[in-house]
Amino acid sequence: MATNLRRFKRFGSIFINNSTPLRGLSSSSAVLGSVDGQVQQPASGTAKSINLYTAINQALQIALDSDPRSYIFGEDVGFGGVFRCTTGLAEQFGKHRVFNTPLCEQGIVGFGIGLAAMGNRAIAEIQFADYIFPAFDQIVNEAAKFRYRSGNEFNCGGLTIRTPYGAVGHGGHYHSQSPEAFFCHVPGIKVVIPRSPKEAKGLLLASIREPNPVVFFEPKWLYRLAVEEVPEGDYMLPLSEAEVMREGSDITLVGWGAQLAIMEQACIDAEKEGISCELIDLKTLIPWDKETVEASVRKTGRLLISHEAPVTGGFGAEISASIVERCFLRLEAPVARVCGLDTPFPLVFEPFYMPNKNKILDAIRDTVNY
Amino acid sequence: MALARRSSNLLKPLSTASSSSFLNRRPFSTDDSTTITIETSVPFTGHNCEPPSRSIDTTPKELMTFFTDMALMRRMEIAADSLYKSKLIRGFCHLYDGQEAVSIGMEAAITKKDCIITAYRDHCIFLGRGGTLLESFAELMGRQAGCSRGKGGSMHFYKKDACFFGGHGIVGAQVPLGCGLAFAQKYRKEDHVTFTMYGDGAANQGQLFEALNMAALWDLPAILVCENNHYGMGTAEWRAAKSPAYYKRGDYVPGLKVDGMDAFAVKQACKFAKEHALKNGPIILEMDTYRYHGHSMSDPGSTYRTRDEISGVRQERDPIERIRKLILAHDIATEKELKDIEKLARKEVDEAIAKAKESPMPDDSELFTNVYRKGYGVESFGADRKEVRATLP
Ligand SMILES: Cc1ncc(C[n+]2csc(CCOP(=O)(O)OP(=O)(O)O)c2C)c(N)n1
Ligand SMILES: [Mg+2]
Repeated sequence: MATNLRRFKRFGSIFINNSTPLRGLSSSSAVLGSVDGQVQQPASGTAKSINLYTAINQALQIALDSDPRSYIFGEDVGFGGVFRCTTGLAEQFGKHRVFNTPLCEQGIVGFGIGLAAMGNRAIAEIQFADYIFPAFDQIVNEAAKFRYRSGNEFNCGGLTIRTPYGAVGHGGHYHSQSPEAFFCHVPGIKVVIPRSPKEAKGLLLASIREPNPVVFFEPKWLYRLAVEEVPEGDYMLPLSEAEVMREGSDITLVGWGAQLAIMEQACIDAEKEGISCELIDLKTLIPWDKETVEASVRKTGRLLISHEAPVTGGFGAEISASIVERCFLRLEAPVARVCGLDTPFPLVFEPFYMPNKNKILDAIRDTVNY
Repeated sequence: MALARRSSNLLKPLSTASSSSFLNRRPFSTDDSTTITIETSVPFTGHNCEPPSRSIDTTPKELMTFFTDMALMRRMEIAADSLYKSKLIRGFCHLYDGQEAVSIGMEAAITKKDCIITAYRDHCIFLGRGGTLLESFAELMGRQAGCSRGKGGSMHFYKKDACFFGGHGIVGAQVPLGCGLAFAQKYRKEDHVTFTMYGDGAANQGQLFEALNMAALWDLPAILVCENNHYGMGTAEWRAAKSPAYYKRGDYVPGLKVDGMDAFAVKQACKFAKEHALKNGPIILEMDTYRYHGHSMSDPGSTYRTRDEISGVRQERDPIERIRKLILAHDIATEKELKDIEKLARKEVDEAIAKAKESPMPDDSELFTNVYRKGYGVESFGADRKEVRATLP
């Protein structure tokens, strides 16, 4: 089995052209302030510097260890998975708790709903978010409505679907998409996206233990790239609670996942021009923390939202509409959205498609000088 | 006939050059149409159908064409491997070496009016349909001269004039599409069929069974070709399928198990399947084949299977070596002449790569075209802050 794991090492490496760890997002960095206050159950002392996939691996290990009714399954997860997130778990907990499924996403999720309905924690992996669509019906029509339509007699709250999303530099049409907005249109599930290793561990544990089904998108660009100190023990971070990562007074920026690293760089550059930016990590997309965003926009009077998914119908549109409703008279400029373009995710044109730092910086300036 | 057209499509200069170099000197070759009767490597196994005969007639010309075309495919894939390693090909890239006989044998039995649709392992299927090396390499490198104008990349090759519907990234998704193609063919009362290709991993997708039922219910001229290379990524077939006898998994749909490393067995099976499909509706062909490379360029391909397994297949079942042996045994060409053909293939490939490199990247505005039939005039900023404007046609 150990030899089976080795093959994924190189698989992971193709996604990341640059092996320098990305420390900008580290919650311990001075720029970002601290998230320590949000750690509900602070770990017993030690923390280690690890990357994002290792943090996910730790969370899964703790989930299996702390609840004998938890199971992990998906394509190749018994071998560690394409991104090595489940490395060593089948060996440690046995093949009856960590197991490979055939190549059948609809079946994987449907199976997970049934398993969860029997009172278990079903942790399903969909290899890439691009492949979640065969399971879309199960998520939208079965998972999300089970509790509602049975008048609370049944539910699949123990279900967590983990899936890597987003660009990786050259993934092309089917290894790069960010489909989170499709799921944000579905009351009954929660959508969670972490930005860093420490966040990933705490949010994943919270998602697994959450009594509602969760779709958990992992920023695959950061699996190896993002490195930070992560408490070794068991801890959870609250869902539906946004975090002000960086305080500022001229404009509020809202994002999630891998995009925050780009936004943060734009904030730093804007700062040099004398524009003070407040950066918010939404973390949970539904149900989302409107109050934190509203409070920030009331302070700054301006809002910019950025995500990788195409701009039209993206979750940025929902945030924009809600904040306009709540803060109409306080807004000093139209809400800006710097997002993916309205095209399929391109292969050779990825650099143009992406909402990169310069595009964000331009939008910050435009909004502030409106 | 189709064969002659195809061989000239694949390697025009080569086939003419080689025929003049040796055909005149050899007793068999003086007449291209000399019939040689050979036997397929193993018998076919049928499910709900009487399998075709093992014995098949061929000609020196066909043997030489098979050899030449497979050598070219092999060379193309090996060259793609090094282009990927030198980062000239980006994205995901899945190679076909080892499986060449499936494309070659299939093409020898059908016409370009029969449709083919496949998944992402599509370079050689494209070549078999008459696509050129230049279009292939240009597409791999994302250039304008590519068969999808540089917008598809490795997984998305297409050729409409030869009824090749590509090039699909989502495992199993192309199978119901194939049924739709077959329905259209039947509706138009054409005597053509659709070959829908999928892997052993894809065989477990629900869509496959939905497609099978529709195809059987409506008697569609659909041939489901399961290219069983025994692994779906790193997962061996038996780990993922309760029954890895894929030719039987259509239940009420007949099936045939074929040695997919033997181009003649494939040809015989495809001929049989086409006749069957036109008369009776769908049939499954399970091609027992093998991929030499890993699943994609990021998989070394040697951790979930033994090196002995790979070298065993290379030594005993290689599709090109099988044809080489037949050619030598029937004294159609010498070893040196075959080596020369392989050398020429290498040269052709190198020339195509050089040409492909000269082809420019698609224009920036192409980012916005083909989303809908007409562009819709988007503007944006590139990474270098250069403005990109798509023109409305
Ligand atoms: C719906 C979906 N799930 C997962 C994947 C990832 N994936 C790509 S190829 C592959 C294995 C397919 O194996 P098989 O069907 O045997 O074809 P082969 O690669 O052997 O030709 C997987 C899991 C995908 N592309 N689409
Ligand atoms: Mg396979």
